Amino acid sequence: MASWFVFLTQRALRFRRGRREDHTLVSRCCKGNAKNKKLCCMATVLVDGKEIVLPDGQKLNGIQVARLAGTDIPHYCWHPGLTVVASCRMCLCETGTRDPATGKVTMLPKLVPACQTPATDNTVFVTDSEKIRNARAMVEEDLLIDHPIDCPICDKAGECLLQDYHFEHGRDQRRADIRPFTSRRREMGDTVTLFVDRCVMCTRCVRFTREISGDAELMVINRGAHEEIDVFPGYPLDNKLSGNVVDLCPVGALGDKDFLYQQRVWFMKKHAGVCAGCSTGCSITIEENQDRVYRLKPRENPEINQWWMCDEGRYGYHHVHAEGRQTEPRRIVAGERVNVEWSAIPRELNKQLREAGRIAVAISPHLTVEEAYLLAAYARSIDADALLALGPVPVIGEDEKFKNGFTIHAEKCPNRRGVEEVLKHFTGGVMSFGDFANEVASGQVGSMWLSGGNKKSDWIDAATTEKLTAAKVIVVQDLFTSPAWEAATWQLPGAAFAEREGSYVNHANHVQSFTWAVRPPVGVWTEGQLLWRLLNRPGLYKARPVMQEIATTIDYFAAAAEEVPPTGVKLIAKKQIPASV
Amino acid sequence: MPQFEPVLLANIHKPDSHTRKAYEASGGYSALKKILKEKTPAEMIDLVKASGLRGRGGAGFPCGLKWSFLPKNHPGPIYMCVNADESEPATFNNRILMELDPHQVIEGTIMACYATQASTAYIYLRIEYPTCYRRLEAAIAECYDAGYLGKNILGSGFSLDIFVHRGAAAYICGEETGLIESLEGKRAWPRIKPPFPAVEGVFRKPTVVNNVETMACVTHIAARGSDWFKSIGVPADPNNPRDAGSYGPKLYCLSGHVNKPGCYEQPLGITCRQLIDEFGGGVWKGRKAKAAVPGGISMGLLTAAELDTPLDFNALGKVGCLGLGTAAVTVMDDTTSMIDFLHNTCRFFSHESCGQCTPCREGTHWALAMMERIKAGKGRVKDLDLLLEIGDTIGIIPGSTICGLSDGAAWPIKNAIRKFRQEFEDYIKTTNPTGYMVTEAVPALVPLSVH
Ligand SMILES: Cc1cc2nc3c(=O)[nH]c(=O)nc-3n(C[C@H](O)[C@H](O)[C@H](O)COP(=O)(O)O)c2cc1C
Ligand code: SF4
Ligand code: SF4
Ligand code: FES
Repeated sequence: MASWFVFLTQRALRFRRGRREDHTLVSRCCKGNAKNKKLCCMATVLVDGKEIVLPDGQKLNGIQVARLAGTDIPHYCWHPGLTVVASCRMCLCETGTRDPATGKVTMLPKLVPACQTPATDNTVFVTDSEKIRNARAMVEEDLLIDHPIDCPICDKAGECLLQDYHFEHGRDQRRADIRPFTSRRREMGDTVTLFVDRCVMCTRCVRFTREISGDAELMVINRGAHEEIDVFPGYPLDNKLSGNVVDLCPVGALGDKDFLYQQRVWFMKKHAGVCAGCSTGCSITIEENQDRVYRLKPRENPEINQWWMCDEGRYGYHHVHAEGRQTEPRRIVAGERVNVEWSAIPRELNKQLREAGRIAVAISPHLTVEEAYLLAAYARSIDADALLALGPVPVIGEDEKFKNGFTIHAEKCPNRRGVEEVLKHFTGGVMSFGDFANEVASGQVGSMWLSGGNKKSDWIDAATTEKLTAAKVIVVQDLFTSPAWEAATWQLPGAAFAEREGSYVNHANHVQSFTWAVRPPVGVWTEGQLLWRLLNRPGLYKARPVMQEIATTIDYFAAAAEEVPPTGVKLIAKKQIPASV
Repeated sequence: MPQFEPVLLANIHKPDSHTRKAYEASGGYSALKKILKEKTPAEMIDLVKASGLRGRGGAGFPCGLKWSFLPKNHPGPIYMCVNADESEPATFNNRILMELDPHQVIEGTIMACYATQASTAYIYLRIEYPTCYRRLEAAIAECYDAGYLGKNILGSGFSLDIFVHRGAAAYICGEETGLIESLEGKRAWPRIKPPFPAVEGVFRKPTVVNNVETMACVTHIAARGSDWFKSIGVPADPNNPRDAGSYGPKLYCLSGHVNKPGCYEQPLGITCRQLIDEFGGGVWKGRKAKAAVPGGISMGLLTAAELDTPLDFNALGKVGCLGLGTAAVTVMDDTTSMIDFLHNTCRFFSHESCGQCTPCREGTHWALAMMERIKAGKGRVKDLDLLLEIGDTIGIIPGSTICGLSDGAAWPIKNAIRKFRQEFEDYIKTTNPTGYMVTEAVPALVPLSVH
C-alpha cells in the first residue's frame, strides 16, 4: 500500500509539476546542460509492446501516447481542453513500469484509467486484454441500462461515441432487462436542449461552463443513477460560448436547437473553413449538403481557438441562405435598371470604368487576401493613380475575453489585417473609409467601387452614400441591399464567406487558407472569379497561385509561399522582421 | 489475559463527562501539556508510528505513516480534517465519543495537529448529530478559554483553530476526498488519487483526514505511551506481509438481533462470538445467529460458522470479508432472510453512490433493480450470476472506480450470494416457479414518449 502510494504520487507530481513549471523541471533534471537534456528528458513509453519515444518534455497521458502508437483508447469524460475527472471509466487499461536496466516489466494488479495515467519514462501500457475488454463491455452495458436507445430519432446518430464504442467494445446482448426507460427533453437555454436520458454523465458540459466559459450554468442534480444535467431555475444556459457544450457531448444528450432535426449527419460533407464572424478567425468546419450549410463546428487549432468557437460565429451563417440575398446582376442603362448576363459583365464594366476617369476602390475586410490583391491590382491596371482604401470595418462593443483566454473580438470582420497589408503594398499606407468617402465627395473621382460581403444592410448610411454619389459610375458588390446598393449604377451580387476561396489574416497576423464549402446561389460569381476575368487572366480562378504571387511580391506574406497548413501560419509584419532574416 | 480496562469509554458514565471540568478532573489535557513541553512534532509522529495505531475510520491505514506523507518543511497552511461523518450503517462509536467525552477527541486533535503542524482543524460532522454539535462547540469554546486552542497554545508557540463543519448528510461525505470537496462547498464527489490529501487536500493544501476515534486513541497514546498501546491487541501476522498488526483498544458497535445492543470497548481481536455472547447477552429470543455483519455493511458477511473470526484488521480478510471497517457488528438471527438483507444493502449503496463513476453508479442501481425483481417474485437464477459479476468488477480493488464506496457495495453482494447461494436459489425457484430459469432478455416495457 505504502509503496504504491509513493509510486503513484511521485508519478503524478512529476506530471503536474512538469505542466506548471516546465522550465524548472527541465533545468533541474538536465542540470541546464543542453547535451544532457536530450538524453534525460526523452521518455520511452511502451504501448502494447510498441516503443514510443516522446519528444522532449512532452507530457501526455495514456490515451495520447496510445494515439501516437496508432491505438484508440475509448473514452468519454476525458477531453484535452478540460480537467481530468477519470469518472466514465471507459478508458481503463493496464499499466506498469519497465526496469531500464533489466528490461523487466512490473504491472500494477488493477486496471487504471488511461486518461489519468501519465506517460513517463519506462511506463508500460497494455490497452487490450481480456480484463480490459470485459471492463469496457461492462461500462457500455452500464451506460445503456437507462438509455432510451432512440437512435433513429437522435441527431447524434452517426457521430455518437456511445454507438461507435458499442460496436467496437460492447456486448451483443442486452442483459440489463430491468426497467422501462423514459425519454425526456428539457430546455437548457435558447441555444441548447437536453435529452435527459441519453446522457452518460461524463460532465464534459458541466466542466466547460466552469472552466472555459466561466458562467457555471450547467450542473449535476440528484445523486447516483438519478443524476441528471440541469440548470438552476431561472438561470438558463446563457453564455456566448454555449454551443460548444453540444460539440463536447459525446452522445445525443445535448442538442443544438439551431441544428435539431435539420439533417442527418451522414448526409453532410465537411469542409475546413475559417469563421468570418470576428477578427479572431476561429478554424471551423462547415458542414453542408447540396450547397446548403447546416451547421458550423469549431476545428481544433491550438494557435487560435483550441477546440472552441463562439455562438455568434456558430450561428452566424444564416445570412448565406437568407431571403433577400441578391442574386441578379443589374446595371443602369439610359436611366433604367436592367439585368445583365454575368458573362457580359467583364467586358462592359471594364469599358465603362476605363472611360470614367479616376477610379476609387474601397476594399472590404470581408474579402480574402487574394481577392483584395486582385481588386487592387485591377484598379491600378486601369488607372495608375487609382484611389485605394479600406472598406468599412464593423466594430460592435468591446473585445470579450473568457476564463481560459478565448476572445471574441469586437471587430466583426475576418480580414482587416490582410487587406491593410495589401493596401500598404499598393499605396504605402491605409486610407480609412471615412477619408475615402470625403475624397470621392470632392468630385475628383469618375468611378467608384465598393466591395462588400456584409451580412446585413446597415454597414453604410444614407449620408455616407450621398457623398459617394459624386462618382458617375458606382459599382457595389454585396450580398444584400443597402443605401449604397440602391445608389449603384452597377449592382453586383457577391459571395458569402462559405462560398469564398482564399485566405484570411486574423487580428494576430495569423493567416489561414481555405476553399469554398458551398457554391453561391444561381450562378453568382464570387469576387475572385469576377476579378480574374476583369484582369483577363487565363483559365479558372484558383486562390492558391494568387497567394503564391502575393507571397513573392509582398514581404509580409512571405510565410504563405508554401502550402499553408490547415491551422495556418503566423505572418511577421515587415518592421518586426529581425535584421538577420 | 488480564481484565481489560476501558480507556476510551472510561469517563462516559461520569456526571457532566462532556465538560472540561470533568475531563480535567480525570487527568485530561495533562498529556497535551506534556507533549507540547517535551516532544517535537517529529517525535510525536514517531510516538504514534511506534504505537502501531491504525486509522479507525474504516481503511485501517497506519496513522503515523499517513502523517509522515506530508511534505517536509511545507510553508503551510496544513489542514487537519477530523472525519465525524459517521455514516456507515450501524456505526455509532464516534457519536458516543463526541457526545459524552468530546474533550478526549479535541485533545487528540490538538496533538495530531501539533505533530503535523496543521494550523487549522475542521471537524466534519454529519447534520444528524445535533447533540454532538452542541457539545463539540461548547468544548471548543472551553478550550479557547483555557488556552488549549488559539494563538500560542500553552506558551509553546504552536497555534491552532478548530472549526466544526456540519455536512448535509450523505454517506459519500465520509470518504476523505468527498469530505474535502464538501468542506470546500462543492458536491461531495471524491477526487481522483493521486494526489492524495497529504499532498493536495483542502483548498489544494496538504491535509490529513482522520477519524474521531483515531483522535481519541492519539490522546491515550500520548498519555500512556506507545508500549502500552502496543501491548493491547493482535501483533502483525507473519504470513501476511501487508498486515501491520491490530493494536490498541477498539469501540465495537453491536446491533441487530442481540439482547444488549451497544458500544463496547475491547482490545482489537476479540471474536465476533465473544462480542455477541459475552457483551451482547447472546442472540435475542433464544434464537441462533445466522449471520453477522463484521464492520458495517460494506465489509460483507460472516456466516454462523465464521463467528469465531477475530475482529481485527487481518483476520476478517481470510474469511472473505473486506476488512474490519468500522467494527460495527450487526447480528441476524436464524429467521432473517438473506434476500431482505441483500436487498436492503443494495438499496443503501444505490442511494448513496455519488454517481461519478459509471461502474458504481449504474452497477449499484442495476443490482438494486435485480434485487427488487427477485423480491417481487420475478427473479431468475441467472440474476445471481449477474449480481456476482457486478460485485466482482466494481471498486477500487479491481480498479474500475474512484473511491471505495463501490467496494463496499460489492462485498455484501459477493458474500451474501457466495455464502448463502442455496437460500437465494430456493427463494427464486419458489417465488417464480414458471420463470426462474428464463435466460433471455425481456423487451422494454413502456413505449417511448415522443419529444
Ligand atoms: C464510502 C466511504 C465512506 C466513508 N465514511 C467514513 C466515515 O463516515 N467516517 C470515517 O471516519 N471514515 C470514513 N471513511 C474512510 C475515510 O475515507 C478515511 O479513510 C478515514 O476517515 C481516515 O481516517 P483514519 O485514518 O483515522 O481511519 C469512508 C470511506 C469510504 C470509501
Ligand atoms: S449532457 Fe452530454 S456532455 Fe453533458 S454530462 Fe451528459 S453526456 Fe456528458
Ligand atoms: S470569436 Fe469570432 S471568429 Fe471565433 S467563432 Fe466567434 S465569431 Fe468566429
Ligand atoms: S476517459 Fe478516462 S475515465 Fe473517462
